[in-house]
Amino acid sequence: MNAFRYARARDVAGAMATVAADPRAKYVAGGTNVVDLMKEYVEQPSLLVDITALPLRAITHSSDGVRIGALATMSEVADHPEVAALFPAVVQALLLSASPQLRNMATIGGNVMQRTRCAYFRDISQPCNKRAPGSGCAALRGVNRQHAVVGGSEQCICTHPSDLAVALLTTDAIVHAQGRTGERQIPFDRFHVLPGATPQRETVLESGELITAIQLLKSPLTKSSYYLKVRDRASYEFALVSVAAGLDVAGGAVRAARVALGGVAPTPWRSHEAETALVGQPANAATFAAAAQAATRGMRGYGENDFKVALTRRAVARALAHAGGIG
Amino acid sequence: MSFGKVTRRRFLVRAAAAGIVVGTPRLSAAAQAVASVLVVPASGPGPIPVMLNVNGAVHALKIEPRVTLLDALRERLQLTGTKKGCDQGTCGACTVLVDGRRVNSCLTLAVMAQGKKVTTVEGLANGDQLHPVQAAFLQHDGFQCGYCTPGQIMSAVALLAEKRPTDEASVREWMSGNICRCGAYPNIVAAVRAAAGSAS
Repeated sequence: MNAFRYARARDVAGAMATVAADPRAKYVAGGTNVVDLMKEYVEQPSLLVDITALPLRAITHSSDGVRIGALATMSEVADHPEVAALFPAVVQALLLSASPQLRNMATIGGNVMQRTRCAYFRDISQPCNKRAPGSGCAALRGVNRQHAVVGGSEQCICTHPSDLAVALLTTDAIVHAQGRTGERQIPFDRFHVLPGATPQRETVLESGELITAIQLLKSPLTKSSYYLKVRDRASYEFALVSVAAGLDVAGGAVRAARVALGGVAPTPWRSHEAETALVGQPANAATFAAAAQAATRGMRGYGENDFKVALTRRAVARALAHAGGIG
Repeated sequence: MSFGKVTRRRFLVRAAAAGIVVGTPRLSAAAQAVASVLVVPASGPGPIPVMLNVNGAVHALKIEPRVTLLDALRERLQLTGTKKGCDQGTCGACTVLVDGRRVNSCLTLAVMAQGKKVTTVEGLANGDQLHPVQAAFLQHDGFQCGYCTPGQIMSAVALLAEKRPTDEASVREWMSGNICRCGAYPNIVAAVRAAAGSAS
């Protein structure tokens, strides 16, 4: 990796001032993503600002849910009994992510900021509009088995690698970020942005803006939420397709629904189409099949990843059956 | 995340967000002074002093910030029990404990391990008395070539400390961050389960 300078921040203001003063500075916390990408020269920061000493690690319970400090590790959240009780899909997604070692290192803030696993993004000898804007997308006509079937553009068809981010879409999660205009709250379903013509831009965060916490808001559907991950290996592998589903069922009918998909889009992907197909309908296999069909409407493959459309349809139906208690 | 060029104005706006009151869009000497107080002093990129506590001994090193904990252990402290496999966090051969938690030392910057207690495979035995997990790996022949073994053992030590379930499927899942290319998994799982039995 390239040589860089290192600074250890003692407070949020200092961390932000330090990153603001150097356009090639980056934050580091768990390091599992940025250090890896630095070894591949995908990231070449001049300065790493270590934020691990900032007081942003607490997980606190409140009447409306749980607030998770940005520096809480994936392990700490996964082992938290209240998160497990209120948001089972979140804990399931975390425990199906990475490895125990990586979960001990990686933070929640970093998890939602992690970069795609697209092999062309990670290989600096290849074109990639995300890494080198204007250089082209090698995946469009290349090895694209892992790639997106919805939400991509002619510039980028990568997938977002986070399981947690998919599960967070079953809650009304809010990202708390500290930026130049003070703290702001960003609804999680508006946090990531589709590649469009600017795949280098992945979130609504401004340069130097720092996530301080992610707040999870409970609802009647979160406590029975379920996360299904389909992948090439039984463990320690990114999703080909994943589904986070939450259902609020009363009197046999769906009152409210959340369906979110992973492994299929450049962002964690909420399927409003599937949710619309569920609400007001009986909670049965026929409804879930219709919702699964709706979730895949408009999806298209690029060759090697054509299978993801049918896989998504089946995974959605199965996840809904689980969440609805009939699977 | 891409970082655009930071103009003086943009820096000022951010400095204001960071708690500095400024009355003019130009960067005054006073604002610059306050901002320079806020900016955290950086060191490197050349060698910097790094103190590492490894297996109870404190070592004073002079290394670049880009040196990983794995390379510091192997190349500077000659603690070569910790292995370099993939060097990208996918194989687990480099697993060590930091403050009792298992981590991939290849993705840990040594400078960020300061002030923490690092335990490597060399720190497990008490003289000639093997750690129960080490003894179980010997007894159950939990290896073939042995290259992944230190990482497997460190991960197993952590698994037991974390009090994870130790049925076969759970051991496989909670050991999934440690790859064995010889495929010695049946004996590795047996060793971990035996150590769990002897520990309880």
